[in-house]
Amino acid sequence: MKLLTDLDAIRALTQGRLDNRKITGEPTGSIQFRSVMVCGGTGCTSSDSNKIIAALEKEVLNHGIQDKVEVVRTGCFGLCELGPVVIVYPEGIFYSCVEVKDIPNLVEQHLLNGKPYEKKIYEKTKQGGEILNFEETDFYKKQVRIALHNCGVIDPEVIDEYIASDGYKALGKVLMTMSRQEVIDTMKQSGLRGRGGGGFNTGLKWEFASKQEKDQKYVICNADEGDPGAFMDRSILEGNPHSVIEAMAIAGYAIGSNQGFIYLRAEYPIAVQRFVKALDQAREYGLLGDNVLGTGFKFNIDVRLGAGAFVCGEETALMHSIEGHRGMPTPKPPFPAVEGLWGQPTIINNVETLANVAQIILNGAQWYASIGTEKSKGTKVFALGGKVVNTGLVEVPMGITLREVIFEIGGGIPDGKKFKAVQTGGPSGGCLTEEHLDCTIDFDTLTSLGSMMGSGGMIIMDEDTCMVDVARFYLDFTKDESCGKCTPCRIGTKRLLEMLDKITEGKGTIDDLEKLENLSFQIKNASLCALGQTAPNPVLSTIKYFRQEYMSHIVDKKCKAGVCKSLISYEIDADLCRGCSLCARKCPSDAITGELKEPYVIDTVACIKCGVCFDVCKFKAVVIV
Amino acid sequence: MLNTINIMIDGIETKVAKGTTVLEAARDLDIHIPSLCYLKGVNHSSSCRVCVVEVGPRLIASCTLKAEEGMKIQTNTKKVREARKTSVELLLSDHDRECLSCSRSGGCELQTVSNDLNIRTVTYVGEKSSQEKDYTSPSIFRDASKCILCGRCVGACGTMQTVGAINFAKRGFDTVISTAFGRPLEESTCVNCGQCIMACPVGALTEHENINDVWNALENASKYVVVQTAPAVRVALGEEFGLPVGTRVTGKMVAALRKLGFDKVFDTNFGADLTIMEEGTELISRITSGQNLPLMTSCCPGWVKFMEHNFPDRLDNLSTCKSPHEMEGAMVKSYFAKKMGIDPKNIVVVSIMPCTAKKFEGSREELSNESMQDVDWVLTTRELAAMIKEAGIDFVNLKGETFDSPIGEGSGAAVIFGATGGVAEAALRTVFEITSGKDLETIEYTAVRGMDGIKENVIELPNGQKIRTAVVHGLGNARKLMEAMERGEKAYEFIEVMACVGGCITGGGQPIVDARTSERIDIKAERAKAIYTEDEAQTVRKSHKNPYITALYEEFLGTPNSHLAHELLHTHYVKRSKF
Amino acid sequence: MEQQQTCSSEEIAEADAKLAKVQLAIEQFKMIKGALIPVLHEVQDIYGYLPEQVLKVVATELNLPLSEIYGVASFYHFFSFTPKGENVIHVCMGTACYIKGAQAVLDRLSTELKVPVQGTTEDNKFTLEATRCLGACGLAPVMTIGEKVHGRLIPNAVPKILNEYK
Repeated sequence: MKLLTDLDAIRALTQGRLDNRKITGEPTGSIQFRSVMVCGGTGCTSSDSNKIIAALEKEVLNHGIQDKVEVVRTGCFGLCELGPVVIVYPEGIFYSCVEVKDIPNLVEQHLLNGKPYEKKIYEKTKQGGEILNFEETDFYKKQVRIALHNCGVIDPEVIDEYIASDGYKALGKVLMTMSRQEVIDTMKQSGLRGRGGGGFNTGLKWEFASKQEKDQKYVICNADEGDPGAFMDRSILEGNPHSVIEAMAIAGYAIGSNQGFIYLRAEYPIAVQRFVKALDQAREYGLLGDNVLGTGFKFNIDVRLGAGAFVCGEETALMHSIEGHRGMPTPKPPFPAVEGLWGQPTIINNVETLANVAQIILNGAQWYASIGTEKSKGTKVFALGGKVVNTGLVEVPMGITLREVIFEIGGGIPDGKKFKAVQTGGPSGGCLTEEHLDCTIDFDTLTSLGSMMGSGGMIIMDEDTCMVDVARFYLDFTKDESCGKCTPCRIGTKRLLEMLDKITEGKGTIDDLEKLENLSFQIKNASLCALGQTAPNPVLSTIKYFRQEYMSHIVDKKCKAGVCKSLISYEIDADLCRGCSLCARKCPSDAITGELKEPYVIDTVACIKCGVCFDVCKFKAVVIV
Repeated sequence: MLNTINIMIDGIETKVAKGTTVLEAARDLDIHIPSLCYLKGVNHSSSCRVCVVEVGPRLIASCTLKAEEGMKIQTNTKKVREARKTSVELLLSDHDRECLSCSRSGGCELQTVSNDLNIRTVTYVGEKSSQEKDYTSPSIFRDASKCILCGRCVGACGTMQTVGAINFAKRGFDTVISTAFGRPLEESTCVNCGQCIMACPVGALTEHENINDVWNALENASKYVVVQTAPAVRVALGEEFGLPVGTRVTGKMVAALRKLGFDKVFDTNFGADLTIMEEGTELISRITSGQNLPLMTSCCPGWVKFMEHNFPDRLDNLSTCKSPHEMEGAMVKSYFAKKMGIDPKNIVVVSIMPCTAKKFEGSREELSNESMQDVDWVLTTRELAAMIKEAGIDFVNLKGETFDSPIGEGSGAAVIFGATGGVAEAALRTVFEITSGKDLETIEYTAVRGMDGIKENVIELPNGQKIRTAVVHGLGNARKLMEAMERGEKAYEFIEVMACVGGCITGGGQPIVDARTSERIDIKAERAKAIYTEDEAQTVRKSHKNPYITALYEEFLGTPNSHLAHELLHTHYVKRSKF
Repeated sequence: MEQQQTCSSEEIAEADAKLAKVQLAIEQFKMIKGALIPVLHEVQDIYGYLPEQVLKVVATELNLPLSEIYGVASFYHFFSFTPKGENVIHVCMGTACYIKGAQAVLDRLSTELKVPVQGTTEDNKFTLEATRCLGACGLAPVMTIGEKVHGRLIPNAVPKILNEYK
């Protein structure tokens, strides 16, 4: 078991390693040491970053420079679009889309000879003849990393590195110098609100649970990230798992609980593996267990795997799932803080919320509250996705505008297309338009516009996106993920989806539009849990801001974005067709005929609109009309 | 802590006890909040959203909302009405609306709510979820196309009865009430008690109907059709004709059965008295030998099948006695047939039972003799009412008639078989007198009466032997008792079990009482009261004093537990899978 | 359907070994509250799906009605009651992937493999599934075949990728 003084010793010992991972320009001193950070997040791992690490280590050995170079597998750098990503300190050179075959040159040129490997340097860091360090790029410049702190900086599998970056210092501070109420007051004053969707004040939540006079209480970390298109929780678990463990222990101390559970998505194998490893390390160091840091405080954490149910993001459903039941929500009140897991007072916080806790304890409530807006404090992590140049994870202060995030950090819309909408809040949120681009991002503004913060998915859509189809997509999702318990959600979302299907198939009537709106309001009002209460948001917001698009589907029977299959047809542009016959050969319904070297023709009656011809044509001769 | 809470409903201030739900509080003020999925004590899931009320800006289901100090509730606003209407309309959009030909037409809670909410069109239409119909069980018919997924059956089967044959499965729009792996009900651990039917607000669960089989038998001139009625039927049948709960209609029922064309109208009470003779003797002999104790009653087929699935190693504890109507069927096809000179093959025995499990029991192979079933058809109380209505009989105005002899005569002890504790009390009356040779002064064993889940009593016989008796009703309670015995915490000589809470009077074949009525009236208590009144009205109140029983033994069977008695009146059980 | 087949001794040994693993998992979780879902995860890990016979063992050991286990397992989409093909294809249908054309990729896979979504090919080589967000939005649209992730897909790339597994 470690004591506070042991942690200080580890810090002293490991600090030097972390100092090497700072941007200080050219390496100095006699050793000329370099740190090579390779992203080990899910995105980059998917594009083989593990092989890159192996190749790096091999090349470093081959050149005999293992004393001058460290290769570190870190958590996510955020710019997933450009993965696999490699960053080299102390210059802060950002390599993108690195492949195994690049490694020998990269090692020889940069690590051995000190000359950056031009070929894979991230384009945006090249300015004139200069190479910027990555923190100076648009993508990183405006970010403030609190929840994502340590991601991309430390090796998440090495607890000493976490400790060296002031890890478990907050836990020590809390246990040694703060009363339970002081911890709660600090959280309350910081203004931190839940990052999982509801946006409830975290300190208040803790206070409710703290006031319950029960022997057994529970702390739950909701890590069943379900919003399609949001992956910040996964990144934190993969890149900085100890921050979550530390925060859960702090929460346990604050509310008087000795048992935590983390409800982790089974579909996140890397996060599960890293988190379990971190738990083992924390137990070994006595940072969890019966006598944490020798203070007599007892706290343990058990892992429970989710099993593919979005509704388990709902607190009561999540608890029933941990209890071993179907993940069906129950009404609130009673609130979990009063009657939660197995009937005992329970707090549930999501990963990103918890990732802020240690920072708040260490730096103070005032520091945190100084970031953000009046009612939305601190930062928020967004997963930028869809039709945007820089897809990835960004952490920005609350109060930043949508435009700044999408066009400055995100780099705008690719391929010269026009921005059409941004969807925030996932299936519970709504679509906002160009007129909202200068609105600030905070809980209340987004809600007032008919969307919501949610867990932080931010999907950008361009002119090729059909908004009716987007609404249909989300309803298809919520219909699938509805637990089926309450009537409005179970049958209502199905009926909404059926009406949207009708409209996208060109069979909709004006009447349907009114029905869609009415039913949406009723589902919002009458559903049992937040899933149902927010499920119609994508429908309502798209009708509100894109009514014209619905009308053109209903009245003109046209899908201008060319997405809704029933409302489009494929034709071959005779001027562009070279008569190569590829489309005719690939057509599964033999709908394309013609003579070689003459323009081919599509029989629109036989055509099943599978789009294969469109995909395969090398001359862009197949067009959607 | 405050024990009373002040709330305001629709502008009316009221005080309620802590823990009271808003729904209950409103009903106390005669403010009617419609509900569907809520069934007191069985299902509190707040899933149908029909009982929503407005509290602050939110709509909350009142059935599970506990009153809190200062709470202001509105039950009748536009928002509330529209939300309720939408939820019911959505249910209707996924419901087989063949209402006119539905067995629950007129008594359907969905129909009532829909009417009350003035729903005239179903705005939202679309695909319907599961349309599956399961005819496999001899007792229960499930029609998923009418299921509204309220979960009341799941509460009855799982929580109340701990049978757990059905549960929610899948999710979202695909959610169904299902057996494990969607197997036919017949292949499940269902014990056929029918409490799911009693809980169902709509026509998704009904008995497996045999009305036409009985009509056919009655039409067949070559068949001699005998009917017998269980004691619990006569205290409930009247409800189907609008009579108050607890009305005894014995005479009218007999008259109606004659009008339907049955050749003989017998009383299952005769079989019950016979059961007491056999089972009482069995109890005495087991106590004497000390083997297979405690003796557990076997009158209830739901309980028997529950034992076969869940406690197959304890089957030797079950009495080997057939249940009363099976005994009576066996006697009709032997003793009575011989007496009347009728070929038993031409006799059709029909039992009118408060029970759906009796249908399954009637079909058991073990309960036949020379390839003849002891009982050919079992109808529920509801099915009998349906036949009476179909035949155009003005039931309420019928003049009372009496059962036919000799099998129509039963004692008061037999009547009380219909309520929990009745079998034990009847047995104890007889066992005490037989072993002591003296007449009892007070014959009421009130300790085994009443609605406590598990009732215990110790009888000391004149020879000093003690009979520790336990009476349980409801299979959930039975499981608790069995587990307590397995742990060695409890020991008895004699245990009476009835699968349904309250006993046969609330069996799965009885008139269905809607959720609202069952909150106002204690159905079990009212029907039980009628049963005990009927007992008191009898001149013979002990089974062994029934002169027709004495005659039966003298003329035919010899003595209780004789060889012939064993052949005709006793049975055996089969081990069944836990799944 | 369940034809009695003669099993080789290896097959029997393998079946026994799997069941022993299940027993071990049950022992490990039996004492904790809410053991069912962790045990189901283990069973699916061991068999690749949830065989009915094994769930009966679980029901006995955890003293739960089989209908409840079926109810719980059928609620969660992560659990499956049918064996899968050799290669399970998960096409991510998260929003980012959808906006970038995941539907077209899924349609193409379906056309190429001649199976509907959730289907398994006749030769048992592939099972095609649409899945919740895999969290690799930077690579959208994404699919996984087994452990391998394929990103930035276009429908035309599908035949070539499938060929790697044939």
